[in-house]
Amino acid sequence: MTKTEFPPSIISRPVYGQLAPRPGAFHLFVADGEGAEAVVELFDKADPSLKSRAHILYTAGPNGTDQWDKIAALGANQAQKAASIPTLLFRLARVLQDTPMDAQIYLTGTEGLMGQAERDVMALGFPHVDIQKEHRGSTVRRVQCVHCKGITENVRMDPFQCSHCGLHLFVRDHYSRRLAAFQGVNIDAEDKGQIPPAVERFK
Amino acid sequence: MSLDFKYGFDDFFRDETFVDDFTYRNSPQNIRRFPFPFDRDDYMYSVNMEPHVPGRKGSVFEKTFDVDEHYLSEMRDRARVLAADPLRCQSLPHMTLAGWDLLELIMETKAREYPQWFSLTKDGNRWHWINRPLGIDQKFTFLDESTLPYGPMEYITRQTQGDFTLQDEREGTLWVDAGMVTTQADWSLDFNIGMNFHEWHAPVPLAHEKGIFDRALKFLLKLQHGSPVRRYNWTMTVNPLLDTAPETYPEWGHMRTALTQENMGNMMHLRVELQTLYRLPRSNAILFDIRAYLGKFEELVQVPKWGRRLHRVVRDIHPDLATYKGFIRNRDAMALWLSKYDDGAPTSPGWWPED
Repeated sequence: MTKTEFPPSIISRPVYGQLAPRPGAFHLFVADGEGAEAVVELFDKADPSLKSRAHILYTAGPNGTDQWDKIAALGANQAQKAASIPTLLFRLARVLQDTPMDAQIYLTGTEGLMGQAERDVMALGFPHVDIQKEHRGSTVRRVQCVHCKGITENVRMDPFQCSHCGLHLFVRDHYSRRLAAFQGVNIDAEDKGQIPPAVERFK
Repeated sequence: MSLDFKYGFDDFFRDETFVDDFTYRNSPQNIRRFPFPFDRDDYMYSVNMEPHVPGRKGSVFEKTFDVDEHYLSEMRDRARVLAADPLRCQSLPHMTLAGWDLLELIMETKAREYPQWFSLTKDGNRWHWINRPLGIDQKFTFLDESTLPYGPMEYITRQTQGDFTLQDEREGTLWVDAGMVTTQADWSLDFNIGMNFHEWHAPVPLAHEKGIFDRALKFLLKLQHGSPVRRYNWTMTVNPLLDTAPETYPEWGHMRTALTQENMGNMMHLRVELQTLYRLPRSNAILFDIRAYLGKFEELVQVPKWGRRLHRVVRDIHPDLATYKGFIRNRDAMALWLSKYDDGAPTSPGWWPED
C-alpha cells in the first residue's frame, strides 16, 4: 500500500504501491523530491549487485525538496541530477533508447513526475507490469484546462486560475494517463464571477 | 480533395440551427417517434441492454442507423464544430482498420436500408459511394486512405448522425482509442481518449458501487459480430444544443440560469441517447454509437402519458443523479412546470406513446 495517505477518490486516479526490488538485467529509477528516500529504501532491501546495473535520474521536488546527496551516495552505476522535470524527461528519452525490454523501471516522487515518465516509458512499448510506482512527497497536481488545453503545473489551490487562458477552474477528480494530468473545468461558467474561495487541497 | 456538402433541404429534411437562434424543433410526426426513455414512473441506473434488432415501423428502431428529418442540419452543425475544434475527432494510430470497419458497416447498411438516399457499388476494392442528401459522389479504394479526403472514420461520420467511439480490446478491457464526438453530453474525447472502460466512466456517481460497470464490461467483451445491442441514456439540455462539450462549457453553461416558467416548455429539452454497440469484423474493435435526440418539454407533453411520467421522474430523481446530469439547479422549476401535465392518472408500462 502507498505510504502517502490520499482522500477517497475515483477510479481513473492511479494507484500507487511501494517499490520492491525485482530481478532484471537493468534497473532504471526516475525520482523527484522525497522520492529519493524510496530509492534509498529499495537499495537497502536489494541485492548489492543491483547498484552495478542501476541508472538513476533525479530532480528536486515541486516543494523545493532536494535530496540529491542521498542519491549520489548510493553508488549507482549511473546517476544524474536534472534541473527540472522537463529536462529530466529529455534525459529519460535518451536513456530509454538503450534500455533493454527486460529492464525493471521504478518511478517515485510526485504524481506529475511519475505520470509523465510513465507516459514516455509506455509509449516505447515497455510493459506496464515492469513499471513500479511509489508516491512520495508533495501532492500538488498537474492539471489540464479542458477549455484551452493548457497545462498548469503544481496546482495547490482549488479552484485556481488557468495559467494560460485565465479562466477559474475547479480540479475534477478525473485523470488521463495519456496527458498525465487531472482535468480542470471552469467553475463560474453558469454563474459568471461567482468563484468560491480557494482552499489548499494539494500540498 | 475535400468534402463539399450540397445540402439538399426539402420537405423532409429541415433547415434549422442548434446554436445562436436555435431554430431546431420537431415536426408533429417526429414527436410521435421520439425515443422516450422511461418505461416506468421512476428512474435508476441499469445496464438495460437489449438486442439491436429492427423495431416498430416508423420508430427510431426501424433501421440500424436512423436517418431523420434533422439529418442535414446535424451534419452541418458537426462541420461547424469540427472547423472550430479539430480535436473533437481523433484516432490513435492503431485504430485505422477499425475506422474502415465502421465505414463499411455504415455504407452497406444505409445503402440497403435507405436506397432512395444512399448507394454503394463495389468492384473488388474499388467502391463507389453516393450520398444524395449531402450531394456526395465518391469513388475510392477500400482500405486505401489516400483515396478519401479524410481518414475512414472521419469521412463516414461526417455523414452520419450520432457520436461514434471505437474501442480496442486488450488486457481484458476496452480502450477508447478513437472517436468522432460533437454531440456529447458534457464529456471530452480529447481528455478521455486512450482510457480504459473503468477510467472513462470514473466520474459517474453511484454506478460503480452498484457493480454496473463490472457487469457492463463483462457483457460487452462477449459481444459478437453480427449481434449488436442497444440501450438508452438521457439527460437534460437547455436550448437545443447538440454540442454540449466541456470545451465550450463557458459559452453554454450560463444558459442554465435563464430558465423561467414562461420559457421552460421551449427551452428545456429531454436529451435521449440511443446507444448501440457493434463488434467489428477485421479489427475486433467495438463500435459505440451515441445518437442524441432532443425533445422540447412542450413537444413531449403533447403525449399525455409522457407528460405524466416525465413529471414523476424529474420530481423523484436521486439528487446525485440530477447533479451529475447537470440539472439539479433547475430540477424544482422543471417539476413545477411539468406538474401541470400530470393529473395523477396511472400510466401504462413501457415507453410507447399510446399502449
